[in-house]
Amino acid sequence: MSENSSNNEYWSANMRIIKISLVIWALVSFGFGILLRPLLSGIPVGGTDLGFWFAQQGSILVFLGLIFFYAWRMNQLDREHGVDEE
Amino acid sequence: MDQFTINLLFVGGSFALYIGIAIWARAGSTSEFYAAGRGVHPVTNGMATAADWMSAASFISMAGLIAFTGYDNSSFLMGWTGGYVLLALLLAPYLRKFGKFTVSEFIGDRFYSQTARIVAVVCLIVASTTYVIGQMTGVGVAFGRFLEVDNTTGLLIGACVVFAYAVFGGMKGVTYTQVAQYCVLITAYTIPAIFISLQLTGNPIPGLGLFGNDVASGVPLLAKLDQVVTELGFASYTAHHANTLNMVLFTLSLMIGTAGLPHVIMRFFTVPKVSDARWSAGWTLVFIALLYLTAPAVGAMARLNITEMMWPNGGINGGAVAVEQIENDSKYDWMSTWQKTGLLDWEDKNGDGKIQYYNDKNADLQAVAAEKGWEGNELTKFNRDILVLANPEIANLPSWVIGLVAAGGLAAALSTAAGLLLAISSAVSHDLIKGAYNPNISEKGELLSARIAMAVAIVVATYLGLNPPGFAAQTVALAFGLAAASIFPALMMGIFTKVNSRGAVAGMIAGISVTLIYIFLHKGWLFIPGTNSFTDADPLLGPIKSTSFGAIGAMVNFTVAYFVSKASDPIPTEIEELVQSVRIPRGAAAAQDH
Repeated sequence: MSENSSNNEYWSANMRIIKISLVIWALVSFGFGILLRPLLSGIPVGGTDLGFWFAQQGSILVFLGLIFFYAWRMNQLDREHGVDEE
Repeated sequence: MDQFTINLLFVGGSFALYIGIAIWARAGSTSEFYAAGRGVHPVTNGMATAADWMSAASFISMAGLIAFTGYDNSSFLMGWTGGYVLLALLLAPYLRKFGKFTVSEFIGDRFYSQTARIVAVVCLIVASTTYVIGQMTGVGVAFGRFLEVDNTTGLLIGACVVFAYAVFGGMKGVTYTQVAQYCVLITAYTIPAIFISLQLTGNPIPGLGLFGNDVASGVPLLAKLDQVVTELGFASYTAHHANTLNMVLFTLSLMIGTAGLPHVIMRFFTVPKVSDARWSAGWTLVFIALLYLTAPAVGAMARLNITEMMWPNGGINGGAVAVEQIENDSKYDWMSTWQKTGLLDWEDKNGDGKIQYYNDKNADLQAVAAEKGWEGNELTKFNRDILVLANPEIANLPSWVIGLVAAGGLAAALSTAAGLLLAISSAVSHDLIKGAYNPNISEKGELLSARIAMAVAIVVATYLGLNPPGFAAQTVALAFGLAAASIFPALMMGIFTKVNSRGAVAGMIAGISVTLIYIFLHKGWLFIPGTNSFTDADPLLGPIKSTSFGAIGAMVNFTVAYFVSKASDPIPTEIEELVQSVRIPRGAAAAQDH
């Protein structure tokens, strides 16, 4: 495989991971935290509902998970495609 | 020992610590200033970045805004943390691979244009100056309380200290000083929160206590809070009252603004490797999250404490607190102390010897008031920015905790204000004067212009800080909107698209102009009070407040850049190669040498 097509493959794999991560990012904050909160109102959490929990705690925890997942997955991908730093 | 002496010891002690570390760390490393930064572990770098980033807005102001609004202000929490996801996924690794030191250098090189670089610098200066105004508001509150003087005097003294701190300069660049500042800041924020969470819910972790049961009544804390505030005619704490579109745009604006702030982005240029840039963003968010997961608990618990203090006999039917009690009971000392700053005030309007705190704009409560002979809300002033600093006093915590919080608040405000002033002065002297206007300027001349720029910036920020466009966190939110509308789109298009020089320049100018005009229309031209045509209570465009407009500005930026770029020449081959190369981590070590 030529270096160029391998690089293209690496880039499209990266874009795929970014897209999935950003969908989750938007889902927990704009989704569960704001727009979809009425749908989650049936799930009680400590005197309020799950949407409130996502807006003030949950989204932040998911953001943390996303960044660490991305770092781990990309460093793995760098090695698979031989583009990691020596 | 009285409280003033204890505060002085804590504030003085923490400053001695920062200066001591600065001197110790400087000894061997002055010559390898940047190189030393590249040797820093991602965890240490994350801690330093967190200290750099968390300012008066996060520390002093945010929990107060959440406390008095409740759920609707969750935007601050999601916005100021969610931005790190964008930073980690879309910017940090690529900018690290690019391997220069400043944001404007990247924009200048990627868009092969001196104009692009200058436009970026101007955008940075506009956003950073607005940011400093917000910091000065916080500095005024902190110094006013700490020195027990009124807010204006506090602000003027604070401005002098910030200026001295920034001129002393180098301190800011030393990572270990910032690590120390982070430790002071986070301890100061979490210790009172843990105490209060234990008092109210029995749970030592504030983020869990927030969703726990109120020990006194046995019902969930948030349910109790909802009940207590609605009884006084205020909007319930947990429900969604604000406009949804505005809330979404505000959150988005804070997120992309975070990813467009130059002093945060710069941090990721200086880690050793591309993979470290990814980890660093994660560690930064870990350290920021410690404060952000605690802040909503601080807000809710303080609101409950304050409300119960104003109605100490079991709600409205038990009767309000007596003026005599406020003046004599040591539990209420915090009220007299804060009254001196002019940021808290009360007035017994109906002369019944009691202070009724309620929402006098609520029709139901107006009926109750008429029946009971109240003549309006008597807790006439409660500045949101005092809540975090007053919190340990309100909860009757030991005096060393109060001293610690004073030290933490000052650390947060001073470090960020000084860092921003340094960024502004180097942008003016290095990027504008030396880079564009007079390349042959002597080193002495450059240094002098840096000092003058810094002095001008602090005078402007202090003047506007006396009549700020909002509470500290709101002003800072405006700065984020400006960064969101200008810098973030340019960086992102530079990495992910083939937008050309004209497109980027047109996009940045369009984005920052519409945002700035929209902000000035609502907050006054150049933030001068009274020159505004609209207010955020009744904005120009439907529900969209000026603090939320950054997201629209960013969309304008992307759109204009796309169409202008389509209509003009494609990017040259060597720039296309540059774009390809920043996308691949390999060779980052070589990239940093050019």
